Amino acid sequence: MSKKPNKKNDESKRDFLLVSTYAMAGIGAASFVWPLIDQMNPAADTLALASTEIDLSSLEEGQAITVKWRGKPVFVRHRTPGEIKDAREASMDDMRDPEKDSDRVSNEKYIVLVGVCTHLGCVPLGQKSGDVKGQYGGWFCPCHGSHYDHSGRIRKGPAPTNLAVPSYEFLSDTLIKIG
Amino acid sequence: MSKAKFKNPVVKWIDHRLPIFSFMDHELNHYPTPKNLNYFWNFGSLAGIALVTMIITGIVLSMNYTAHVDYAFDSVERIMRDVNHGWLIRYIHMNGASFFFIVVYIHIFRGLYYGSYKAPRELLWILGVLILLLMMATAFMGYVLPWGQMSFWGATVITNLFSAIPLVGESIVTWLWGGFSVDNSTLNRFFSLHFVLPFVIVGVVILHLVALHRFGSNNPIGIDVKGTQDTLPFNPYYTIKDLFGLGVFLTIFAAAVFFFPNFMGHPDNYIEANPMVTPAHIVPEWYFLPFYAILRAIPDKLGGVLFMFGSIAVLFVIPWLDRSSVRSSQFRPIFKIFFWILLADCVLLGYLGAMPAEGIYVILSRIATAYYFFHFLILFPLLPYIEKTKPLPISISEPVLSGSSPASAFAFREKK
Repeated sequence: MSKKPNKKNDESKRDFLLVSTYAMAGIGAASFVWPLIDQMNPAADTLALASTEIDLSSLEEGQAITVKWRGKPVFVRHRTPGEIKDAREASMDDMRDPEKDSDRVSNEKYIVLVGVCTHLGCVPLGQKSGDVKGQYGGWFCPCHGSHYDHSGRIRKGPAPTNLAVPSYEFLSDTLIKIG
Repeated sequence: MSKAKFKNPVVKWIDHRLPIFSFMDHELNHYPTPKNLNYFWNFGSLAGIALVTMIITGIVLSMNYTAHVDYAFDSVERIMRDVNHGWLIRYIHMNGASFFFIVVYIHIFRGLYYGSYKAPRELLWILGVLILLLMMATAFMGYVLPWGQMSFWGATVITNLFSAIPLVGESIVTWLWGGFSVDNSTLNRFFSLHFVLPFVIVGVVILHLVALHRFGSNNPIGIDVKGTQDTLPFNPYYTIKDLFGLGVFLTIFAAAVFFFPNFMGHPDNYIEANPMVTPAHIVPEWYFLPFYAILRAIPDKLGGVLFMFGSIAVLFVIPWLDRSSVRSSQFRPIFKIFFWILLADCVLLGYLGAMPAEGIYVILSRIATAYYFFHFLILFPLLPYIEKTKPLPISISEPVLSGSSPASAFAFREKK
């Protein structure tokens, strides 16, 4: 047997050993690094607090409450018939982020929104009776002047999208669970 | 300044201005290393890797830890139960401390056996002892952070050591505590120091490496490198040897982390600290046990503290206590026997430190303590006058080329 094929064989064996060693070392390193990164994600107790129940029975027409959900304010407003009408009949032509009011509520009396301006994260005004509510009567963000309507849709100002609607469900007529 | 040639133009450009690549090439690649190093020379790099592992897991743990007496214990439990992979990270950190000490103790005994502390490596050795002291301080304060019963009472006992100092002792202890007992202020400062000291250790480790690379590693036969025929470039010969050792180390370490994570800990530390009740039997972590045994062996408060600190202080002056010019125990037949007695003595002290301070244990502790100091203070200086050392080989290459044992190397030389 000549030496050449042997040498070739040897080289491919070495390459295989080298590549598989690197691969194993890579997998080992990655499986050590991942826990170090993943520990910064929400912990189990943080996730366990990710849903909030709200009793709406004492919320009168025209009133609003703010509850904390995942560390952020959630707005719930019991809308008057006038506000509902406004929200449903508003023309969508000039809206930046057109969306039907009926797509944003599950019971048209109650609008549930994440109270964080979609521009840079401030909490808009409009929950308290004396608050500035902006040109469209919904909410107004004092930081950079975004105006939201009765459905929480952006109508004027720098915010790019409507106020987010969190996932929620009605457990009964007056009890909702957010998250 | 260097012969290193780099092909990559970016590397070349940077290296011309900031010779970092030449430096790495010189110290990690071509770095000439004695060709006869055995596996005991793996423990230096293992200690470095243990330090880095502790720093990485420690930074990550501190992201989830609360340094307050009301929350510390719960935050550690939260790490164990709720934080993603928190149990793994904490067990690595917890067992990492033990493994760091195992590695460092082997590293130190390696140095003692092969005379690595002798000229011209005295400063290298002293820096190493300094690292050991810093490690002890860091480990002690880290053990306080989970705020369990052992944390609290360990902190109380160890800080009270300073009350033995005449006149100012009590004021020093109050100053250490920031109050009149181990409390929130103590926990906060210990957290702060436990965070920063590892980086001080990194600094001293860098000095340790600079001192090491000045004369290079010692070697099993303890004679100086005579030329390039006695050395191998560090890379790939010792990088691969170190990596193999690392693989073995990580396998054992992983076994501890995954199967016996609490083996080296104490169950009482899973009970939240209670300043009103001392556990029935308090012991420090295993790596402090020999020193703890020395502390308890002396029937006097101040004396015990002095002897305990003295047992580490004596290590600083070993390079001048040992008067023999022969480094390696391989050529010192009597020294070699006493080396094993010292090792057994330290293990015995460790065992005694874990036993209750009564009866036979106290007597044995005193004998073992006496031997410890006898070994360094009397045996080291006097032995060279009595001991007849074996003849040293001419060079490192010689025993390597002529067979494995140095004795045969000598025979080889005689024949010539």
